[in-house]
Amino acid sequence: MSTFNEEFYVAVKSAADIVVARQKGRALAIQLGFNGSDPTVIAAAISEVARNIVNHAIQGEIVLSGVHKTGKPGIQVIARDQGPGIADVQRAMQYGYSTNKGMGVGLPGAKWLMDEFEIQSQVGKGTRVTMRKWVR
Amino acid sequence: MHVPILKQGDYLIATIQSVLSDTDLLRLRDDLAHRVGQFRSRGIIIDVTVLDVIDSFATRTLRAIALMLKLRGAETIIVGIQPDIAFAMVQLGLTLEGVGTALDLEEGLEFLNARNKRRASVWRAAEPRSTPKASFDMPGRRGKGRRK
Repeated sequence: MSTFNEEFYVAVKSAADIVVARQKGRALAIQLGFNGSDPTVIAAAISEVARNIVNHAIQGEIVLSGVHKTGKPGIQVIARDQGPGIADVQRAMQYGYSTNKGMGVGLPGAKWLMDEFEIQSQVGKGTRVTMRKWVR
Repeated sequence: MHVPILKQGDYLIATIQSVLSDTDLLRLRDDLAHRVGQFRSRGIIIDVTVLDVIDSFATRTLRAIALMLKLRGAETIIVGIQPDIAFAMVQLGLTLEGVGTALDLEEGLEFLNARNKRRASVWRAAEPRSTPKASFDMPGRRGKGRRK
């Protein structure tokens, strides 16, 4: 399937882009063979990490792609920005912790929704969240 | 995308027609706050059937709408949360605590009607020294005078 070698980029700088990113993510998830509630779960995770970009970094991008692990297809979502970065990543991953107006649900919530979740952040340089989910 | 708000008797019905961005949700909040005062509405139904995702922001905004309108004397019911969306919400740890929910528009209307009936009977019962029947066709004070 050609879907696996392709990467889809969504520039994220406004509330409307969050919607575009999660809709593209849902469409790709369905194409990759996700079914049941998984496409919605993936879309929700994308929504959270995209909102994180809009709220904290003003602009960044979401990169969506199909991936493989031991023959199993999956989806990879990368959310990256050149924003202020997160000083205390561990704290940012605590449920209910928020530095601004949020609920503090976004990042930890996205981690719960996906199978794999990594976050790298450098103050003054930006943040990169990589998350994957595998077709069951 | 603008959400139309229909007036139906004492109620307002906001049926979301397409996927909403954060900005659209905030606009819905402001529109409803305004309309509840304008139409002196007692109940609001927000139909979210077509939403693709209800994430943390949407949950927070829907809750804020319901709590805000409660302060204005109106009850809000969210209807039409789809099973996949409910599942994702639970996984995100999101709840709509303190907000009424119902399966669909029909159930939502029933819920509001039942609640308003209850509220009306509480009002009648609160009237001093009048039987429920008397309070129907005459004010409490007149009923009291009759008994003398």
